[in-house]
Amino acid sequence: MSAVDSVRAASPPRGFGSTTRIERARRTELLFVGTAMIVTGIGVAVLIALIAGLAYDGWTRLTPEFFVNFPSRRAGQAGILSAWVGSLLVVLVCAAVSVPVGVAAGIYLEEYAGKNWFTALIEINVNNLAGVPSIVYGLLALGLFVYGFGLGQSVATAGLTLALLILPIVIVATRESVRAVPYAIREAAYGVGATKWQVTQHHVLPYASPGIATGVIIGLSRALGETAPLVMIGALSFIAFLPAAPIKGEFPFVSFQWLFDPFTVMPIQMFNWVSRPDPAFQANAAAAGLVLLVMTLALNGFAIWFRIRMRRKIKW
Amino acid sequence: MFVRTIAAALAAGLLMSHAASAQTIRIDGSSTVFPVTEAVAEEFQKMKRNAIRVTVGVSGTGGGFKKFCRGETDLSNASRPILKSEMDECAKTGVGYIEIPVAFDALTVAVNPRNTAVNNITIAELKKMWEPAAKGTIMRWKDVNPAWPDQPLKLFGAGADSGTFDYFTEAVTGKAKASRSDFAASEDDNVLVQGIENDRNALGFIPYAYYLPHKAKMKALGIDEGKGRGPVLPSEKTVIDGTYSPLSRPLFVYINTKALDRAEVRDFLDFYLKSQKLITEVKYVPLPAQAYDIARERIAKKVTGTAFGGHPEVGLSILEILNRQPKS
Repeated sequence: MSAVDSVRAASPPRGFGSTTRIERARRTELLFVGTAMIVTGIGVAVLIALIAGLAYDGWTRLTPEFFVNFPSRRAGQAGILSAWVGSLLVVLVCAAVSVPVGVAAGIYLEEYAGKNWFTALIEINVNNLAGVPSIVYGLLALGLFVYGFGLGQSVATAGLTLALLILPIVIVATRESVRAVPYAIREAAYGVGATKWQVTQHHVLPYASPGIATGVIIGLSRALGETAPLVMIGALSFIAFLPAAPIKGEFPFVSFQWLFDPFTVMPIQMFNWVSRPDPAFQANAAAAGLVLLVMTLALNGFAIWFRIRMRRKIKW
Repeated sequence: MFVRTIAAALAAGLLMSHAASAQTIRIDGSSTVFPVTEAVAEEFQKMKRNAIRVTVGVSGTGGGFKKFCRGETDLSNASRPILKSEMDECAKTGVGYIEIPVAFDALTVAVNPRNTAVNNITIAELKKMWEPAAKGTIMRWKDVNPAWPDQPLKLFGAGADSGTFDYFTEAVTGKAKASRSDFAASEDDNVLVQGIENDRNALGFIPYAYYLPHKAKMKALGIDEGKGRGPVLPSEKTVIDGTYSPLSRPLFVYINTKALDRAEVRDFLDFYLKSQKLITEVKYVPLPAQAYDIARERIAKKVTGTAFGGHPEVGLSILEILNRQPKS
């Protein structure tokens, strides 16, 4: 608006007709800004109301014990230990699978693949997959991972399912970040005799990585809140133990048993509490919701901080 | 690097997964039985100092039997006896099972407390209200009974996938799943509870365990079976003495006979059958002590099969159920 004002001040209207037209344009703009602010305000207000509501219902339950206790039939003793550990492990597996596959696929499609019908087909499919409802991924995972590979209702199954779910997000984010790297950078590298991989490795990837990382983290925070596909693969409601520890005393000292252990996650624990007969569990559900919300916001916040930090390092 | 980690993980895990699964007892099935089994599982794991893991899922009675017949679970929670189709499924996969009733639930018909005109209801009135023919015709309270107010009738009930719905329709309309379709249905009993609490013209059916914590905000109706006994309110006493009929229903646990070879499963069942206190704590009605003796005997002798022949039956007293010999 200040730009519009200064333009008006610098060059006063020359004719009668143009004054009213500028006035009208200004009024339209004011109207638009006002509407936009109201709409944004509604969105933010709803979010704040949601957080406030959860906090009001659940804050009394947010004690240290809540984080280190297993679920229980007694609302006052129930905690989210197995749920948050499960969520963390599932997201870990999800990241370990989706990041290498998604980034590699994105780079291939953007830098290496030729423009032919086959790449066009892949492109259309990837874009469509991003819009497939998450429960469909659950159905696929039930047939493929649970029964096909015999992984059962395990951390590995859940991680792989969510990895499939966020793969399109990671691929699209990678492609857009890679595309945003100025072509002159590539040409300069080629000019001094770099191979395609050297160009990608030394120049394109470092410059694209803030964008890729943001996409990955946004994807992971979506995976963190997903419930439907996990219900589909038969995630369990009552788990009062943790998956096996990844480190053990005897040879070979690391164990991947935890990948194949039963699990529960935060949204499922919440869902279980909401449908309990005893109203005291509603407070637990609200507290768990608050924790989940904070986890998601923290991931998103980390994404923003990470991007800013990485951007600062880039010197073109 | 990630790919190699995953490959190593898969290989290592597959080698070890068999050894570890022996320590886990897997249970799934009805959401109505869930609170009971969960309480038992919680205490059992505490007693065993977490040496044995118990997982409890909520797939519904039908969903639980699907997994059970595929041999994926050791125990299955059920809010109704196993059906013919499920028996066939288990026979196909060779899964033998032992049926034990573990607790009682009283399906509670509740209305809003502001509804002062209605305190009792007969099964015939419930039938008139819920049968498929009522759809679109029985829309006001006075349509059911002329003495009742001229107010709209708002019905709330369990969704068609739940064992609760199967049992209620069988008991009231005489045929499982036969019900009018124009009512507010939810698989989540808390939604029904809220519906009844907030609408003065509401009537709904919910498990007793959901009625009890909310009894200040809703009113249970006395059920008159029409056999001259008059209306009976749901309570622990009326369920045990068999007068709250036909809406008291037994809850079951089905045991895979193969799982009984494992000591931890036998331990768990032994613990389950001594858990009357836990059952009361989660607001269900424990069976008389004699019932648990019969269940123990069934497990010891591995008496397989169901006492119901695959057809839903209602209004059976606990002794009638226990005196029947299960058949496979």
